[in-house]
Amino acid sequence: MLLEMKNITKHFSGIKANDGIDLCLRKGEIHSLLGENGAGKTTLMNILYGLYEPDQGEIYFKEKPVKIKSPKEAIKLGIGMVHQHFMLIPAFSVLENIVLGSCSFLSFLKLKEIRKKIQDMINIYGFEVELDVPVWQLSVGEQQRIEILKTLYYGAQLLILDEPTAVLTPKETEDFFLIIKSLVHKGHSIIFITHKLKEVMSISHRVTVLRGGKKIETIYTSKTNEFELARLMVGRGITLESKKPSSIGNTVIEVKNLYALDDRNLNILKDINLKIREGEIFGIAGVDGNGQKELAEVITGMRKATGGKIIINNLNVTNLNPGEISMKRVAHIPEDRKNTGAIMNFTIGENAILGHPDFFKDFFLNYTKVKEFSDSLIKNYAIKTAGSNSPAWSLSGGNLQKLIIGRELSEKPLFIVAVHPTRGLDLGAIEYIHKMLIKECEKGVAILLISTDLNEILMLSDTVGVIYKGQIIDQFPAKETSVERIGLLMAGVM
Amino acid sequence: MLDEILTATFITGLLAAAVRMATPILLTALGEIYTELSGILNIGIEGTMLAGCLAGFIGTYYTGSIFCGILWGIITGGLMGLIMGILSITLQANQVACGIILNLLSLGMTSFIFRVVFGVTILPPNIKTLTPLPLPIINKIPFVGQILFQQNLMVYITFLLVLLSSFLIFKTGWGLKIRAVGEYPLAADTMGINVYNIRYICVIAGGMLAGMGGTFLAMDLGMFVDNMIAGRGFIALASVIFGRWKPHGVMAGALIFGLADAFQLRLQALGYNFPHEVLLMLPYVLTIIILTGILGKSHAPAALTQPYIKEK
Repeated sequence: MLLEMKNITKHFSGIKANDGIDLCLRKGEIHSLLGENGAGKTTLMNILYGLYEPDQGEIYFKEKPVKIKSPKEAIKLGIGMVHQHFMLIPAFSVLENIVLGSCSFLSFLKLKEIRKKIQDMINIYGFEVELDVPVWQLSVGEQQRIEILKTLYYGAQLLILDEPTAVLTPKETEDFFLIIKSLVHKGHSIIFITHKLKEVMSISHRVTVLRGGKKIETIYTSKTNEFELARLMVGRGITLESKKPSSIGNTVIEVKNLYALDDRNLNILKDINLKIREGEIFGIAGVDGNGQKELAEVITGMRKATGGKIIINNLNVTNLNPGEISMKRVAHIPEDRKNTGAIMNFTIGENAILGHPDFFKDFFLNYTKVKEFSDSLIKNYAIKTAGSNSPAWSLSGGNLQKLIIGRELSEKPLFIVAVHPTRGLDLGAIEYIHKMLIKECEKGVAILLISTDLNEILMLSDTVGVIYKGQIIDQFPAKETSVERIGLLMAGVM
Repeated sequence: MLDEILTATFITGLLAAAVRMATPILLTALGEIYTELSGILNIGIEGTMLAGCLAGFIGTYYTGSIFCGILWGIITGGLMGLIMGILSITLQANQVACGIILNLLSLGMTSFIFRVVFGVTILPPNIKTLTPLPLPIINKIPFVGQILFQQNLMVYITFLLVLLSSFLIFKTGWGLKIRAVGEYPLAADTMGINVYNIRYICVIAGGMLAGMGGTFLAMDLGMFVDNMIAGRGFIALASVIFGRWKPHGVMAGALIFGLADAFQLRLQALGYNFPHEVLLMLPYVLTIIILTGILGKSHAPAALTQPYIKEK
């Protein structure tokens, strides 16, 4: 046994985030830690990494009892962690980021030596990394490799990887798995935190499932399957349903030769053409940063088009402001629900009426009506909250998204722009949101669905378009394609 | 008017004065670089300078030693930095509000303490001043020697500190840690760096340098008057932005401010009917232009003004 965690318990203001969890890890093992958001995976790992102190429980590392009070002590023991949000300083070079933890006043005297040591490690592990580039210039996949290199530089034998694939493309994920396998060959052990069942099955030796802060089970992946894992993780059988083909009507929105600039004033959208009809879900697949964010912004009026036309219900709405476009019965489920979708310091009631003009009595807000309306949203969309006076930040990601969707759908839209509607949510919430979108579609609403999750795109869409470098390079009915084909198109290979 | 200005004596005198007048601003601004790079915006350096100035004056008055006076000023500045640190790091109060409070507190407190110590006198109390210390040989270089090498000891120390700070911030591990804490404290924490300690060290060191900058004015003029700093602390803040958080850039900023200040004083002395306030405005106009980003974007420390809250 390399690591044993016994009976770990941790409270946060009265809530048990970890409740008597046991976990053990062998040398050279890839061990998945599976659970939904809030199941306690990250808390458990933060305890192991010394960021939190447990209320109860013991940790044995290499058969010896240890108390890990800070990341520094964890690093000294040989435990490294790659956080979901990278702990890299964008303004610093790769080299500076790596040496940061070990540098002393006189480090500059030994810089050559340190550089050689890191370069040797890069060669041994076969990473392709340049040391003098500032981190902000690197892709997400490269940044992740630097995070791994950083832990190895500090002598990590046990690597904790917190949702490492959440930000990677299918191709990057493959490369990443190769790296992990080669690490294990060299004698490292890995704890892999995830909620993606496919990845658990394909990469790990054993898996421990957490739910509601408790350990449910530890099993060999060779003796289980995705359905069983899903059941263990969620606590009930869950199957995400695919959309059945619906009756398709007249064109609701048409985008013609659309051009737009990104935040750095470079051409990001180049000649986008698409058409979405009543009852149709048009899914846009693509790697983040290929223009899908800007496309959604231009259509909803948050960004100016530099060329081309957007026609909704035979009206030219190009470059109208977001308010005017929303009046044309366009609903927007934005990418960033915390910054664009809601105001986190407002109450649920206040958030529910954002953009709705009819909650005034003369000059004043009609709070009775606001409460009625927000209570109806809470009830109809099964939003878990203490009440409509709770602040939006008290909601979990899934419940906040339900609130936003509820608010947008209450305007009875003809057209919905949904950007990454289920990103970062747990299975239960994803299932609910998919059902909502399918229901709207069956009512005859046209939906533009932008997502980096290929399975989501394939399950929900009638038509799939692949966006690459600001162009829709191909589009086809969803039934006539496969994940592999779209994956290649997304990477610009086909 | 021009024939009086365009003489060698006038220009060397002007430039030498510019270097001298830049010194207190530069000292304070160097301190503020450390403070801001670690993620704390200390607007209270105006008040810190003033407190240092009075402490330096009283110290010299009672001990008779300029060196002791400067030491008092540095210690007082460090204490002001410590107060700022407790408020902004431990108590996580709003840094801008804390800074304003320090300034107002210092303004009232220095005038009060001055009257308690010296009473109301007909002739203001005075102390001996720093004497120029011409450096051997190089002060004889024509023009340059007169401007740069016939200054007092504090001026030399200050300009050496510019070199030292550049080295410390950009070449050593300490500098890397300071910058990391101001860019992304959480990342620094996960690398085993104690964010709170580094911020305390920086804000106290910044206060000490500002206190030292304040003593320079007392030592230069040999007296203390109410609100003697008269905005030089704010000018130091502006020159940190002007210099883009780099010691040599900040030095350039402080010198421009010093030059404008020296020039308007000399114009007044010559008795021209020219609004000297216009010249005093110049540095600020320059700062505004820089803030608009016309001359290229500058990168402020990403976590500037953000308290670091560690979950437990």
